[in-house]
Amino acid sequence: MFHRVLIANRGAIARRVIQACNALGVESVALYSEADADAPYLAEATRALPLPGVKAADSYLNMPALLGRLAESGADAVHPGYGFLSESAGFARAVADAGAHFIGPAPHWLERMGDKVAARALMAERGFPVFAGSGALESLREARDFAAEAGYPLMLKPVGGGGGIGMQVLRDDADLAAAFERCARLADAAFADPRLFLETFCMAPRHVEIQVLGDGAGGAVHLYERACSLQLRHPKVVEESPAPGLERDALDALAMQAERITGELGYDNVGTVETLRAGDGRYGFLEMNTRVQVEHGVTEAVTGLDLVATQISLAAGGALPARPQLQGHALEVRVYAEHPRTALPSCGRLTRFRPPVMHGVRVDTGYAEGQTVTPYYDPLLAKVIGFGGSREQAIGRVLVALKGFEVLGVDTNMALLRAVLQDDDFLAGRIDTGYLYSHRW
Amino acid sequence: MIEVESEVQGNVWKVEVAEGQQVAAGDVLIILESMKMEIPVEAPAAGRVVELRVAPEDAVDEGDVLVVLDT
Repeated sequence: MFHRVLIANRGAIARRVIQACNALGVESVALYSEADADAPYLAEATRALPLPGVKAADSYLNMPALLGRLAESGADAVHPGYGFLSESAGFARAVADAGAHFIGPAPHWLERMGDKVAARALMAERGFPVFAGSGALESLREARDFAAEAGYPLMLKPVGGGGGIGMQVLRDDADLAAAFERCARLADAAFADPRLFLETFCMAPRHVEIQVLGDGAGGAVHLYERACSLQLRHPKVVEESPAPGLERDALDALAMQAERITGELGYDNVGTVETLRAGDGRYGFLEMNTRVQVEHGVTEAVTGLDLVATQISLAAGGALPARPQLQGHALEVRVYAEHPRTALPSCGRLTRFRPPVMHGVRVDTGYAEGQTVTPYYDPLLAKVIGFGGSREQAIGRVLVALKGFEVLGVDTNMALLRAVLQDDDFLAGRIDTGYLYSHRW
Repeated sequence: MIEVESEVQGNVWKVEVAEGQQVAAGDVLIILESMKMEIPVEAPAAGRVVELRVAPEDAVDEGDVLVVLDT
Protein backbone atom coordinates (compact mmCIF):
# COMPACT_ATOMS: atom_id res chain seq x y z
CA MET A 1 0.00 0.00 0.00
CA PHE A 2 1.06 3.58 -0.59
CA HIS A 3 2.52 5.65 2.22
CA ARG A 4 1.17 9.06 1.21
CA VAL A 5 -1.35 10.13 -1.45
CA LEU A 6 -1.34 13.61 -3.01
CA ILE A 7 -4.80 14.76 -4.10
CA ALA A 8 -4.73 16.81 -7.32
CA ASN A 9 -8.30 18.07 -7.00
CA ARG A 10 -10.71 20.08 -4.86
CA GLY A 11 -14.21 20.04 -3.41
CA ALA A 12 -16.33 16.97 -2.74
CA ILE A 13 -13.99 14.50 -4.49
CA ALA A 14 -10.91 15.80 -2.64
CA ARG A 15 -12.75 15.21 0.63
CA ARG A 16 -13.89 11.78 -0.55
CA VAL A 17 -10.29 10.75 -1.34
CA ILE A 18 -9.15 12.00 2.09
CA GLN A 19 -11.84 9.80 3.68
CA ALA A 20 -10.70 6.78 1.66
CA CYS A 21 -7.06 7.41 2.65
CA ASN A 22 -8.11 7.67 6.28
CA ALA A 23 -10.04 4.39 5.97
CA LEU A 24 -6.93 2.71 4.52
CA GLY A 25 -4.57 4.24 7.07
CA VAL A 26 -2.72 6.11 4.32
CA GLU A 27 -1.52 9.71 4.73
CA SER A 28 -3.18 12.29 2.50
CA VAL A 29 -1.91 15.61 1.15
CA ALA A 30 -4.62 18.04 0.07
CA LEU A 31 -3.96 20.97 -2.27
CA TYR A 32 -5.79 24.28 -2.37
CA SER A 33 -5.88 27.28 -4.67
CA GLU A 34 -6.05 30.79 -3.21
CA ALA A 35 -9.83 30.62 -3.60
CA ASP A 36 -10.08 27.38 -1.59
CA ALA A 37 -7.85 28.29 1.37
CA ASP A 38 -10.79 28.01 3.79
CA ALA A 39 -12.13 24.69 2.46
CA PRO A 40 -13.28 22.50 5.37
CA TYR A 41 -11.64 19.28 4.18
CA LEU A 42 -8.10 20.71 4.31
CA ALA A 43 -8.08 20.09 8.07
CA GLU A 44 -9.17 16.47 7.49
CA ALA A 45 -6.07 15.68 5.42
CA THR A 46 -2.73 14.80 6.98
CA ARG A 47 -1.28 17.90 5.39
CA ALA A 48 -2.41 20.70 3.06
CA LEU A 49 -0.24 22.59 0.56
CA PRO A 50 -1.09 25.74 -1.43
CA LEU A 51 -1.30 26.10 -5.21
CA PRO A 52 -0.82 29.46 -6.93
CA GLY A 53 -3.71 31.55 -8.23
CA VAL A 54 -7.44 31.09 -8.24
CA LYS A 55 -8.28 30.07 -11.81
CA ALA A 56 -8.24 26.37 -12.66
CA ALA A 57 -5.50 26.93 -15.27
CA ASP A 58 -3.21 28.49 -12.64
CA SER A 59 -3.96 25.99 -9.88
CA TYR A 60 -5.56 22.55 -10.32
CA LEU A 61 -4.60 22.35 -14.02
CA ASN A 62 -1.10 23.75 -13.48
CA MET A 63 1.15 20.71 -14.07
CA PRO A 64 4.47 22.29 -13.04
CA ALA A 65 2.94 23.52 -9.76
CA LEU A 66 1.30 20.13 -9.09
CA LEU A 67 4.55 18.26 -9.77
CA GLY A 68 6.37 20.71 -7.50
CA ARG A 69 3.97 19.91 -4.66
CA LEU A 70 4.35 16.21 -5.40
CA ALA A 71 8.12 16.47 -4.89
CA GLU A 72 7.73 18.67 -1.82
CA SER A 73 5.16 16.39 -0.19
CA GLY A 74 7.11 13.16 -0.58
CA ALA A 75 3.90 11.43 -1.70
CA ASP A 76 4.29 8.12 -3.53
CA ALA A 77 0.95 8.31 -5.34
CA VAL A 78 -1.36 10.93 -6.88
CA HIS A 79 -5.15 10.73 -6.94
CA PRO A 80 -6.51 12.95 -9.74
CA GLY A 81 -10.20 12.77 -8.72
CA TYR A 82 -12.54 13.60 -11.64
CA GLY A 83 -12.38 16.52 -14.06
CA PHE A 84 -9.18 18.64 -14.11
CA LEU A 85 -6.24 16.36 -15.08
CA SER A 86 -7.92 13.03 -14.26
CA GLU A 87 -7.95 11.91 -17.91
CA SER A 88 -4.70 13.54 -18.99
CA ALA A 89 -2.20 10.95 -20.21
CA GLY A 90 0.47 13.66 -20.11
CA PHE A 91 -0.12 14.25 -16.41
CA ALA A 92 -0.22 10.51 -15.66
CA ARG A 93 3.15 10.05 -17.42
CA ALA A 94 4.66 13.06 -15.64
CA VAL A 95 3.60 11.59 -12.29
CA ALA A 96 5.21 8.26 -13.23
CA ASP A 97 8.37 10.05 -14.42
CA ALA A 98 8.53 11.75 -11.01
CA GLY A 99 8.64 8.27 -9.46
CA ALA A 100 5.07 8.21 -8.10
CA HIS A 101 1.98 6.14 -8.97
CA PHE A 102 -0.97 7.68 -10.83
CA ILE A 103 -4.16 6.32 -9.26
CA GLY A 104 -6.07 5.47 -12.44
CA PRO A 105 -5.67 3.39 -15.57
CA ALA A 106 -2.34 3.22 -17.42
CA PRO A 107 -1.72 6.36 -19.55
CA HIS A 108 -2.33 4.54 -22.84
CA TRP A 109 -5.90 3.81 -21.72
CA LEU A 110 -6.49 7.50 -21.04
CA GLU A 111 -5.37 8.15 -24.63
CA ARG A 112 -7.22 5.31 -26.36
CA MET A 113 -10.50 5.94 -24.57
CA GLY A 114 -10.07 9.69 -25.00
CA ASP A 115 -10.34 9.18 -28.76
CA LYS A 116 -14.07 8.48 -29.05
CA VAL A 117 -13.83 6.89 -32.52
CA ALA A 118 -10.96 4.58 -31.52
CA ALA A 119 -12.77 3.67 -28.29
CA ARG A 120 -15.93 2.71 -30.16
CA ALA A 121 -13.96 0.62 -32.65
CA LEU A 122 -12.14 -1.14 -29.82
CA MET A 123 -15.41 -2.04 -28.07
CA ALA A 124 -17.17 -3.06 -31.31
CA GLU A 125 -14.25 -5.35 -32.25
CA ARG A 126 -14.80 -7.25 -29.03
CA GLY A 127 -18.54 -7.60 -29.49
CA PHE A 128 -19.93 -4.74 -27.42
CA PRO A 129 -23.05 -3.24 -29.03
CA VAL A 130 -22.57 0.04 -30.89
CA PHE A 131 -24.87 2.21 -32.97
CA ALA A 132 -23.89 2.89 -36.58
CA GLY A 133 -21.25 5.59 -36.75
CA SER A 134 -18.61 7.09 -39.01
CA GLY A 135 -14.88 7.28 -38.53
CA ALA A 136 -13.18 10.61 -37.91
CA LEU A 137 -14.44 12.92 -40.67
CA GLU A 138 -11.95 14.96 -42.68
CA SER A 139 -14.46 17.25 -44.38
CA LEU A 140 -18.08 18.26 -44.75
CA ARG A 141 -18.19 16.26 -48.00
CA GLU A 142 -17.13 13.11 -46.17
CA ALA A 143 -19.79 13.81 -43.54
CA ARG A 144 -22.44 14.20 -46.30
CA ASP A 145 -21.39 10.89 -47.86
CA PHE A 146 -21.81 9.08 -44.55
CA ALA A 147 -25.15 10.79 -43.91
CA ALA A 148 -26.44 9.79 -47.37
CA GLU A 149 -25.70 6.17 -46.54
CA ALA A 150 -26.81 6.10 -42.89
CA GLY A 151 -29.80 8.46 -43.06
CA TYR A 152 -30.93 11.14 -40.63
CA PRO A 153 -31.38 11.90 -37.75
CA LEU A 154 -27.71 11.82 -36.83
CA MET A 155 -25.61 13.11 -33.97
CA LEU A 156 -22.47 15.11 -34.73
CA LYS A 157 -19.79 14.66 -32.05
CA PRO A 158 -16.17 15.59 -31.38
CA VAL A 159 -13.61 12.77 -31.57
CA GLY A 160 -11.56 14.31 -28.77
CA GLY A 161 -13.98 14.55 -25.88
CA GLY A 162 -17.36 14.17 -24.24
CA GLY A 163 -19.50 16.15 -21.86
CA GLY A 164 -21.82 17.37 -24.61
CA ILE A 165 -19.46 20.07 -25.87
CA GLY A 166 -19.64 20.54 -29.63
CA MET A 167 -22.44 17.99 -29.97
CA GLN A 168 -25.37 18.59 -32.30
CA VAL A 169 -28.46 16.70 -33.42
CA LEU A 170 -28.92 16.82 -37.21
CA ARG A 171 -32.21 16.32 -39.05
CA ASP A 172 -30.97 16.91 -42.61
CA ASP A 173 -28.12 18.05 -44.86
CA ALA A 174 -28.90 21.70 -44.10
CA ASP A 175 -28.39 21.07 -40.36
CA LEU A 176 -25.13 19.29 -41.13
CA ALA A 177 -23.84 22.14 -43.27
CA ALA A 178 -24.79 24.69 -40.63
CA ALA A 179 -23.25 22.75 -37.73
CA PHE A 180 -20.06 21.23 -39.16
CA GLU A 181 -17.68 24.22 -39.03
CA ARG A 182 -19.11 25.54 -35.76
CA CYS A 183 -18.82 22.20 -33.93
CA ALA A 184 -15.28 21.70 -35.26
CA ARG A 185 -14.33 25.10 -33.82
CA LEU A 186 -15.93 24.28 -30.46
CA ALA A 187 -14.23 20.89 -30.37
CA ASP A 188 -10.88 22.45 -31.23
CA ALA A 189 -11.26 25.04 -28.46
CA ALA A 190 -12.36 22.48 -25.85
CA PHE A 191 -10.23 19.43 -26.71
CA ALA A 192 -7.46 20.82 -28.96
CA ASP A 193 -8.81 18.43 -31.61
CA PRO A 194 -11.23 19.70 -34.31
CA ARG A 195 -12.10 16.25 -35.68
CA LEU A 196 -15.77 15.22 -35.67
CA PHE A 197 -17.70 12.03 -36.29
CA LEU A 198 -21.32 11.08 -36.92
CA GLU A 199 -23.43 8.58 -35.06
CA THR A 200 -27.00 7.33 -35.39
CA PHE A 201 -29.23 9.46 -33.22
CA CYS A 202 -31.67 7.43 -31.18
CA MET A 203 -34.94 9.04 -30.20
CA ALA A 204 -35.74 9.33 -26.48
CA PRO A 205 -32.66 7.42 -25.35
CA ARG A 206 -31.83 6.53 -21.78
CA HIS A 207 -28.33 6.88 -20.43
CA VAL A 208 -27.12 3.68 -18.74
CA GLU A 209 -23.54 3.22 -17.59
CA ILE A 210 -21.70 0.17 -16.25
CA GLN A 211 -19.09 0.50 -13.50
CA VAL A 212 -16.11 -1.78 -14.03
CA LEU A 213 -12.88 -2.57 -12.19
CA GLY A 214 -9.82 -4.15 -13.77
CA ASP A 215 -6.51 -5.41 -12.41
CA GLY A 216 -4.52 -4.90 -15.61
CA ALA A 217 -3.73 -8.62 -15.79
CA GLY A 218 -6.97 -9.91 -17.29
CA GLY A 219 -9.08 -9.79 -14.16
CA ALA A 220 -12.23 -7.67 -14.16
CA VAL A 221 -15.40 -7.18 -12.14
CA HIS A 222 -18.48 -5.17 -13.00
CA LEU A 223 -20.43 -3.34 -10.30
CA TYR A 224 -23.79 -3.14 -12.09
CA GLU A 225 -25.30 -0.11 -13.75
CA ARG A 226 -26.20 3.45 -12.99
CA ALA A 227 -29.05 5.16 -14.81
CA CYS A 228 -28.28 8.82 -15.45
CA SER A 229 -31.02 9.92 -17.79
CA LEU A 230 -31.80 13.20 -16.07
CA GLN A 231 -29.49 15.72 -17.63
CA LEU A 232 -29.99 19.43 -18.05
CA ARG A 233 -27.66 21.45 -20.29
CA HIS A 234 -25.64 18.17 -20.34
CA PRO A 235 -24.41 17.75 -16.75
CA LYS A 236 -26.21 14.92 -15.01
CA VAL A 237 -28.72 15.92 -12.33
CA VAL A 238 -30.16 12.66 -10.97
CA GLU A 239 -28.46 9.24 -10.99
CA GLU A 240 -29.65 5.93 -9.62
CA SER A 241 -28.93 2.24 -9.36
CA PRO A 242 -30.43 -0.12 -10.28
CA ALA A 243 -31.89 1.42 -13.43
CA PRO A 244 -35.65 1.79 -12.96
CA GLY A 245 -38.08 0.12 -15.34
CA LEU A 246 -35.52 -1.67 -17.54
CA GLU A 247 -35.25 -5.41 -18.15
CA ARG A 248 -32.90 -6.92 -15.55
CA ASP A 249 -31.67 -9.67 -17.90
CA ALA A 250 -30.57 -7.20 -20.58
CA LEU A 251 -28.81 -5.01 -18.01
CA ASP A 252 -26.97 -7.98 -16.52
CA ALA A 253 -25.95 -9.20 -19.98
CA LEU A 254 -24.63 -5.73 -20.86
CA ALA A 255 -22.69 -5.53 -17.58
CA MET A 256 -21.20 -9.00 -18.16
CA GLN A 257 -20.05 -7.92 -21.64
CA ALA A 258 -18.42 -4.80 -20.19
CA GLU A 259 -16.71 -6.95 -17.58
CA ARG A 260 -15.48 -9.50 -20.12
CA ILE A 261 -14.03 -6.81 -22.41
CA THR A 262 -12.41 -4.96 -19.50
CA GLY A 263 -10.62 -8.20 -18.66
CA GLU A 264 -9.71 -9.10 -22.27
CA LEU A 265 -8.21 -5.66 -22.83
CA GLY A 266 -6.15 -5.87 -19.66
CA TYR A 267 -7.61 -2.57 -18.54
CA ASP A 268 -6.64 -1.51 -15.04
CA ASN A 269 -8.25 0.45 -12.21
CA VAL A 270 -11.77 1.92 -12.42
CA GLY A 271 -13.74 2.67 -15.54
CA THR A 272 -17.27 3.42 -16.61
CA VAL A 273 -18.71 2.11 -19.86
CA GLU A 274 -21.37 4.64 -20.86
CA THR A 275 -24.17 3.49 -23.16
CA LEU A 276 -27.41 4.78 -24.57
CA ARG A 277 -30.50 2.60 -24.61
CA ALA A 278 -32.71 3.37 -27.60
CA GLY A 279 -36.49 3.32 -27.37
CA ASP A 280 -36.54 -0.14 -29.03
CA GLY A 281 -34.40 -1.61 -26.23
CA ARG A 282 -31.09 -1.77 -28.10
CA TYR A 283 -27.99 -0.55 -26.27
CA GLY A 284 -25.08 1.25 -27.93
CA PHE A 285 -21.65 2.21 -26.62
CA LEU A 286 -21.18 5.93 -25.97
CA GLU A 287 -17.75 6.28 -24.36
CA MET A 288 -15.59 4.91 -21.58
CA ASN A 289 -14.66 7.18 -18.70
CA THR A 290 -11.25 6.36 -17.32
CA ARG A 291 -11.65 7.80 -13.83
CA VAL A 292 -13.91 7.68 -10.81
CA GLN A 293 -17.29 9.23 -11.66
CA VAL A 294 -19.05 12.05 -9.83
CA GLU A 295 -21.89 9.61 -9.17
CA HIS A 296 -19.72 6.78 -7.76
CA GLY A 297 -21.55 7.06 -4.40
CA VAL A 298 -24.66 5.50 -5.95
CA THR A 299 -22.72 2.32 -6.72
CA GLU A 300 -21.09 2.39 -3.29
CA ALA A 301 -24.54 2.49 -1.68
CA VAL A 302 -25.95 -0.53 -3.54
CA THR A 303 -22.77 -2.65 -3.37
CA GLY A 304 -21.39 -1.68 0.04
CA LEU A 305 -17.98 -1.32 -1.62
CA ASP A 306 -15.71 1.70 -1.03
CA LEU A 307 -14.90 2.44 -4.69
CA VAL A 308 -12.27 5.11 -3.99
CA ALA A 309 -10.41 2.92 -1.48
CA THR A 310 -10.63 0.06 -4.01
CA GLN A 311 -9.20 2.36 -6.67
CA ILE A 312 -6.24 3.27 -4.44
CA SER A 313 -5.69 -0.34 -3.47
CA LEU A 314 -5.79 -1.54 -7.12
CA ALA A 315 -3.23 1.13 -8.09
CA ALA A 316 -0.98 -0.19 -5.32
CA GLY A 317 -1.19 -3.70 -6.79
CA GLY A 318 -4.00 -4.97 -4.58
CA ALA A 319 -6.37 -7.77 -5.60
CA LEU A 320 -9.75 -7.22 -7.25
CA PRO A 321 -12.68 -7.54 -4.86
CA ALA A 322 -15.37 -10.12 -5.56
CA ARG A 323 -18.58 -8.69 -6.99
CA PRO A 324 -20.96 -7.87 -4.13
CA GLN A 325 -24.71 -8.54 -4.34
CA LEU A 326 -26.77 -5.65 -5.66
CA GLN A 327 -28.79 -4.56 -2.65
CA GLY A 328 -31.63 -2.09 -2.37
CA HIS A 329 -31.84 1.12 -4.39
CA ALA A 330 -29.79 4.32 -4.32
CA LEU A 331 -30.56 7.67 -5.88
CA GLU A 332 -28.33 10.74 -6.06
CA VAL A 333 -29.31 14.33 -6.81
CA ARG A 334 -26.77 17.04 -7.54
CA VAL A 335 -27.31 20.32 -5.73
CA TYR A 336 -25.93 23.12 -7.90
CA ALA A 337 -25.33 26.78 -7.01
CA GLU A 338 -27.51 28.34 -9.69
CA HIS A 339 -30.36 30.77 -10.17
CA PRO A 340 -33.55 28.71 -10.29
CA ARG A 341 -35.12 30.58 -13.21
CA THR A 342 -32.14 31.34 -15.45
CA ALA A 343 -29.88 28.45 -14.33
CA LEU A 344 -27.02 30.97 -14.33
CA PRO A 345 -24.26 30.41 -11.75
CA SER A 346 -24.90 31.83 -8.30
CA CYS A 347 -21.83 32.85 -6.32
CA GLY A 348 -21.56 34.17 -2.79
CA ARG A 349 -20.75 33.44 0.82
CA LEU A 350 -22.62 30.53 2.39
CA THR A 351 -24.13 32.37 5.34
CA ARG A 352 -25.95 29.16 6.24
CA PHE A 353 -25.05 25.66 5.04
CA ARG A 354 -26.54 22.77 6.99
CA PRO A 355 -26.53 19.47 5.10
CA PRO A 356 -29.08 17.02 6.50
CA VAL A 357 -27.90 14.23 8.77
CA MET A 358 -30.31 11.34 8.33
CA HIS A 359 -30.44 7.56 8.37
CA GLY A 360 -30.14 6.23 4.80
CA VAL A 361 -28.82 9.55 3.44
CA ARG A 362 -25.26 10.45 2.51
CA VAL A 363 -24.15 13.96 1.61
CA ASP A 364 -20.85 14.53 -0.21
CA THR A 365 -19.77 18.16 -0.22
CA GLY A 366 -16.57 20.18 -0.20
CA TYR A 367 -18.28 23.19 1.36
CA ALA A 368 -19.01 24.39 4.88
CA GLU A 369 -20.92 27.30 6.36
CA GLY A 370 -19.05 30.59 6.04
CA GLN A 371 -17.17 29.51 2.92
CA THR A 372 -17.49 31.42 -0.35
CA VAL A 373 -18.73 29.81 -3.56
CA THR A 374 -16.53 31.39 -6.25
CA PRO A 375 -16.96 31.57 -10.04
CA TYR A 376 -13.68 29.75 -10.72
CA TYR A 377 -14.82 26.12 -10.58
CA ASP A 378 -17.92 24.02 -11.22
CA PRO A 379 -21.27 24.86 -9.56
CA LEU A 380 -21.66 21.57 -7.63
CA LEU A 381 -22.48 22.34 -3.99
CA ALA A 382 -23.34 18.88 -2.77
CA LYS A 383 -24.45 15.41 -3.78
CA VAL A 384 -27.34 14.03 -1.76
CA ILE A 385 -27.59 10.23 -1.96
CA GLY A 386 -30.58 8.37 -0.57
CA PHE A 387 -30.45 4.62 -0.01
CA GLY A 388 -33.27 2.25 0.85
CA GLY A 389 -34.84 -1.14 0.32
CA SER A 390 -36.83 0.15 -2.65
CA ARG A 391 -36.75 2.99 -5.17
CA GLU A 392 -39.71 4.63 -3.41
CA GLN A 393 -37.86 4.60 -0.10
CA ALA A 394 -34.66 6.02 -1.62
CA ILE A 395 -36.63 8.81 -3.33
CA GLY A 396 -38.57 9.53 -0.14
CA ARG A 397 -35.36 9.86 1.84
CA VAL A 398 -33.79 12.25 -0.67
CA LEU A 399 -36.96 14.36 -0.62
CA VAL A 400 -36.94 14.64 3.16
CA ALA A 401 -33.21 15.36 3.09
CA LEU A 402 -33.66 18.16 0.54
CA LYS A 403 -36.43 19.72 2.62
CA GLY A 404 -34.08 19.80 5.58
CA PHE A 405 -31.02 21.06 3.65
CA GLU A 406 -30.57 24.70 4.67
CA VAL A 407 -28.56 26.82 2.21
CA LEU A 408 -28.46 30.62 2.40
CA GLY A 409 -26.16 32.99 0.57
CA VAL A 410 -26.41 31.42 -2.88
CA ASP A 411 -29.39 30.23 -4.94
CA THR A 412 -29.75 26.51 -5.67
CA ASN A 413 -31.65 24.08 -7.90
CA MET A 414 -33.22 22.31 -4.91
CA ALA A 415 -36.77 23.39 -5.81
CA LEU A 416 -36.31 21.81 -9.26
CA LEU A 417 -34.93 18.63 -7.69
CA ARG A 418 -37.89 18.39 -5.31
CA ALA A 419 -40.33 18.90 -8.18
CA VAL A 420 -38.64 16.15 -10.22
CA LEU A 421 -38.76 13.68 -7.32
CA GLN A 422 -42.52 14.24 -6.96
CA ASP A 423 -43.35 14.12 -10.67
CA ASP A 424 -45.57 11.25 -11.85
CA ASP A 425 -43.48 10.42 -14.94
CA PHE A 426 -40.29 10.32 -12.89
CA LEU A 427 -41.89 8.16 -10.20
CA ALA A 428 -43.17 5.77 -12.87
CA GLY A 429 -39.69 5.54 -14.42
CA ARG A 430 -40.81 7.19 -17.65
CA ILE A 431 -37.56 9.07 -18.16
CA ASP A 432 -35.21 9.68 -21.02
CA THR A 433 -32.44 12.20 -21.59
CA GLY A 434 -34.95 14.76 -22.89
CA TYR A 435 -37.08 14.54 -19.74
CA LEU A 436 -35.93 17.74 -18.03
CA TYR A 437 -36.37 19.69 -21.26
CA SER A 438 -39.81 18.38 -22.13
CA HIS A 439 -41.38 19.07 -18.74
CA ARG A 440 -42.27 22.53 -17.50
CA TRP A 441 -40.97 23.23 -14.03
CA MET B 1 -29.00 55.23 -22.71
CA ILE B 2 -29.08 51.64 -21.46
CA GLU B 3 -26.58 50.27 -18.98
CA VAL B 4 -26.13 46.55 -19.68
CA GLU B 5 -25.37 44.78 -16.40
CA SER B 6 -23.87 41.42 -15.55
CA GLU B 7 -26.35 38.89 -14.15
CA VAL B 8 -23.56 36.83 -12.60
CA GLN B 9 -20.26 36.99 -10.80
CA GLY B 10 -17.47 35.88 -13.08
CA ASN B 11 -14.79 36.93 -15.50
CA VAL B 12 -14.91 38.60 -18.89
CA TRP B 13 -13.88 36.02 -21.44
CA LYS B 14 -14.46 37.88 -24.71
CA VAL B 15 -15.55 41.36 -25.76
CA GLU B 16 -17.43 41.02 -29.04
CA VAL B 17 -18.04 44.69 -29.84
CA ALA B 18 -16.05 47.94 -30.04
CA GLU B 19 -16.95 51.43 -28.88
CA GLY B 20 -18.88 53.31 -31.54
CA GLN B 21 -20.23 50.08 -33.05
CA GLN B 22 -23.91 49.84 -34.03
CA VAL B 23 -25.64 46.70 -32.64
CA ALA B 24 -29.04 45.05 -33.08
CA ALA B 25 -31.21 43.72 -30.27
CA GLY B 26 -29.97 40.24 -29.37
CA ASP B 27 -26.41 40.77 -30.62
CA VAL B 28 -23.82 39.30 -28.27
CA LEU B 29 -21.84 42.12 -26.64
CA ILE B 30 -19.72 40.29 -24.10
CA ILE B 31 -19.11 36.65 -23.19
CA LEU B 32 -18.60 36.04 -19.49
CA GLU B 33 -17.17 32.95 -17.90
CA SER B 34 -18.42 31.64 -14.58
CA MET B 35 -18.31 28.17 -13.05
CA LYS B 36 -16.97 26.65 -16.27
CA MET B 37 -19.89 28.06 -18.29
CA GLU B 38 -19.82 30.60 -21.10
CA ILE B 39 -22.48 33.20 -20.53
CA PRO B 40 -23.28 35.48 -23.49
CA VAL B 41 -24.54 38.98 -22.65
CA GLU B 42 -26.85 40.26 -25.39
CA ALA B 43 -27.94 43.76 -26.35
CA PRO B 44 -31.41 44.32 -24.88
CA ALA B 45 -32.19 46.77 -27.71
CA ALA B 46 -30.65 48.13 -30.90
CA GLY B 47 -28.20 50.99 -30.43
CA ARG B 48 -24.65 52.25 -30.53
CA VAL B 49 -21.96 51.14 -28.08
CA VAL B 50 -20.90 54.39 -26.35
CA GLU B 51 -18.85 52.89 -23.58
CA LEU B 52 -17.16 49.57 -22.85
CA ARG B 53 -16.61 49.33 -19.10
CA VAL B 54 -14.77 45.98 -19.11
CA ALA B 55 -11.92 44.23 -20.89
CA PRO B 56 -11.05 40.51 -21.24
CA GLU B 57 -9.90 38.89 -17.97
CA ASP B 58 -11.69 41.52 -15.83
CA ALA B 59 -13.55 40.17 -12.81
CA VAL B 60 -17.18 41.29 -12.65
CA ASP B 61 -19.86 41.15 -9.96
CA GLU B 62 -23.58 40.68 -10.32
CA GLY B 63 -25.00 44.11 -11.20
CA ASP B 64 -21.76 45.57 -12.61
CA VAL B 65 -22.27 47.66 -15.74
CA LEU B 66 -20.50 46.05 -18.69
CA VAL B 67 -21.56 48.15 -21.66
CA VAL B 68 -23.44 51.43 -22.13
CA LEU B 69 -25.67 51.57 -25.20
CA ASP B 70 -27.17 54.71 -26.79
CA THR B 71 -30.52 53.49 -28.08
